[in-house]
Amino acid sequence: MWLPDIALLNPKGAVGLSELGLMIHAVEFMLIVALPVYFLVFFFAWRYRAGNTKAAYSPNWEHAKVDELIWWAIPFEIVLILGALTWSSTHELDPRAPLEGGAPLVVEVVALDWKWLFIYPEQNIATVNYIAVPVDRPVRFDVTADAPMNSFWIPRLGGQIYAMTGMVNSLNLVANEPGTYEGVSANYSGIGFAKMKFVVKALPQEEFDSWVISVKASSKILTHEEYALLALPSIANEPAHYAEVEQNLYNMIVAQFTERALHSAHE
Amino acid sequence: MFGKLTLDAIFHGPVETGGQLVVVLGVLAVIGLLFYFKRWKWLWKEWITSVDHKKIGIMYIVLSFVMLARGAMDAFMMRAQQAIAVGENAGYLPPDHYAQIFTAHGIIMIFFVAMPFMFGLLNLIVPLQIGSRDVAYPFLNSMSFWLTVVGATLINASLVVGEFAATGWLAYPPLSELQYSPGVGVDYYIWALQIAGIGTLISGINFLVTIIKMRAPGMTLMRMPIFIWTSLGSMMLVIFAFPILTATLGLLALDRTLGMHFFTSDLGGSAMMYVNLIWAWGHPEVYILILPAFGIFSEIVPVFSQKKLFGYTSMVVATLLIVILSFVVWVHHFFTMGAGANVNAFFGIMTMAIAIPTGVKVFNWLFTMFRGRIIFATPMLWFMGFLTTFVLGGMTGVLMAIPGADFQLHNSLFLVAHFHNMIIGGVLFGFFAGFVYWFPKIFGFTLNERLGKYAFWYWIVGFILAFIPLYILGLMGATRRLAQVDPSWQTLFIIAAIGACVIGLGMFFQALQLIVSIKQRKQNIAGDDPWNGRTLEWATSSPPPHYNFATIPHVHGRDVFWAEKQSGASDPVQEGKTRPSGPERALALGRSLEIEVPKNTPMGFIIAGCSFLFGFGIVWHIWWLALVGAAAIVVCIIARSFEKEIEHTIKV
Repeated sequence: MWLPDIALLNPKGAVGLSELGLMIHAVEFMLIVALPVYFLVFFFAWRYRAGNTKAAYSPNWEHAKVDELIWWAIPFEIVLILGALTWSSTHELDPRAPLEGGAPLVVEVVALDWKWLFIYPEQNIATVNYIAVPVDRPVRFDVTADAPMNSFWIPRLGGQIYAMTGMVNSLNLVANEPGTYEGVSANYSGIGFAKMKFVVKALPQEEFDSWVISVKASSKILTHEEYALLALPSIANEPAHYAEVEQNLYNMIVAQFTERALHSAHE
Repeated sequence: MFGKLTLDAIFHGPVETGGQLVVVLGVLAVIGLLFYFKRWKWLWKEWITSVDHKKIGIMYIVLSFVMLARGAMDAFMMRAQQAIAVGENAGYLPPDHYAQIFTAHGIIMIFFVAMPFMFGLLNLIVPLQIGSRDVAYPFLNSMSFWLTVVGATLINASLVVGEFAATGWLAYPPLSELQYSPGVGVDYYIWALQIAGIGTLISGINFLVTIIKMRAPGMTLMRMPIFIWTSLGSMMLVIFAFPILTATLGLLALDRTLGMHFFTSDLGGSAMMYVNLIWAWGHPEVYILILPAFGIFSEIVPVFSQKKLFGYTSMVVATLLIVILSFVVWVHHFFTMGAGANVNAFFGIMTMAIAIPTGVKVFNWLFTMFRGRIIFATPMLWFMGFLTTFVLGGMTGVLMAIPGADFQLHNSLFLVAHFHNMIIGGVLFGFFAGFVYWFPKIFGFTLNERLGKYAFWYWIVGFILAFIPLYILGLMGATRRLAQVDPSWQTLFIIAAIGACVIGLGMFFQALQLIVSIKQRKQNIAGDDPWNGRTLEWATSSPPPHYNFATIPHVHGRDVFWAEKQSGASDPVQEGKTRPSGPERALALGRSLEIEVPKNTPMGFIIAGCSFLFGFGIVWHIWWLALVGAAAIVVCIIARSFEKEIEHTIKV
């Protein structure tokens, strides 16, 4: 089919769904102004064309208090409504606000040149370019970078957040339907950017648990040395997983820049 | 001796070599033609050294059109790449080259197409519309123009010698820092913008002072044409916003050349500071461009509706509101950077608030058409094209002003479609309208209407074909700046590529329109007032004499020229009447007039030339060259300040 189903209009998680609802609402309100404008543009253009001498002609009509008040008021009202909608929705959809449905699964995200590293602190496993999450359980992504600025985005699940060095941005999402979704970087970060993609598997809880067990049974361990190798620039890495993560790795990744700064200050 | 510059800087892949050949052959062709037609002296005396605002305006627009061709080539290359590079196919451009192209495209279109086009139109029309003989600082005007040319030259030099930034048009760190971009690309970017940016700032001051101080007697603020009001607003924004750009790029340059750490990840630097600063300039920049376009439409709609502009006071208030609000919305460019909900919501609501004055403007234009007698000449067609596309762009803009929605749409092709919607449908269509509308005033003959209408239709159809698919692709999760795309998106990318070709046809017809109109200029003499105009520029001859007005007109109200035409044939030689103007004015008054005009000077050109040496030297770390350039600039400025006789008298 030439026009496949559209990711943002067919979200698979509650956050994406709310964001879609918000967009639709906003468009509806805006159409209240836009549709009359479109109508008037073409109607006036046709009605008052120079050739139509039957139409009224008032070359000096330049001011009408009431009319002008009306079109200051209409957009003002719309913006007032949209403003209220914005205020409440921005707080509801604040990416760091926890979602309903119990304690979230935490996934620590590191944007690297040019791949994504995911660390599951609870399970003490890690993956590259691949995330599995249980269906219906909220997930909190703690996003950082050890590379130029990227943006962590799973279009089917909901909005994105920037991945930046030396700091953590949290993004709460949930997958409500089992399936395989695409994740991308949305902020240009260099030559490997177009291939900086990852797979998101939303699995039923049991399958997720057995996936964790299978990862734990594998042989690779993400030590600090292994991480240093992984962090070297590379493009289009195949998904990989690590049975264990050396302690404190994520904190080291986030804090390294500050520590270096302190270190140099001491010198 | 030559810093980082070696012969390696010139040799790249085959696609780059093509670009190098185009630039080098283009320059050689121009030089050859100048020799063949023996036009060097003419070029020097009539143009390069000229401080006449009309000639500077024409040169700005020539620069803008040349750079439009370059920027459009970049666009075609991107559309071709994304239509081909699907799935495993890598396309014909390696990712690094593709990144240089989208960076150059953005920079060129904003800084070297839209900005010179705007300053070109301001130069041509502002002094005429306020009944003045020139701008406040004619010499600075010439210098500003040549500094802009130097910026454009540096960018095109990067195509031949070295490389350009591969960072995106705002060069976010840490990607633009030495660690990730060790080449000269980002340095070319910084210094091209620094030099052009100084020119822009000086122009901003120049036109602000011109509008405040040089209006004809009787033209109170509330009698100024709306184009003057919006230009004034735009210049206020230039003066407040461009220093931020200069400072930001200056800090980035310190990071890169002196090893400082303002925006690095390391040692306490913060990229977020850069992102905030660059958008504190970047958002007002959008309004710097769009406000004059609003002004142009506010001139065109009354003229072609043969009716007074509806709601003048509202228009003025709306313009000033936009000026103020444009400084409190910058965070909407990065809601996804992690600010709290209160901050994001505030900036979202402020952004929407801009839709109020903008909406009022739209209604006022509509009700100017209401009960008018609308003539659909090309300028009016561009207005119709603007209004229909701009409403769509406005809606998608307000949509993205809602942080919750923006999280999904940000950095996607939806965003790309939105800002092209505003900048092509709003800014560019506005400038095209102004160009067609004022062309006969400046050159004395009209542009071919039929070809102009072809151009319009190809543009509008091409625009829809090129950018509606991008809106859809954005909703499908396609991000911007991808050198390789998902196979399921290919059909839409191919449609977008076709749309780009249709726009290309529109540009072809615009070029043809110019050529045909110049050939037929004898048949298409415009007369002083071809459109039945309303404002002062139509009161003088077409083209206007060097001094614009033989005697300075007196202004008794808005639409002064139209009012005079309405009041009938009162004594045409009465002092203060606008017509006749030009040499025949002196004849009618029965006495000769003595008019002081500024003398031509090569100093603007020379100073700009020195700034090129400075910029090129610093890009390549050729320190002696940079020092020589900088010292020469200082010497030239001192020399210029000792010139006493900078004006001469014309006898009419």
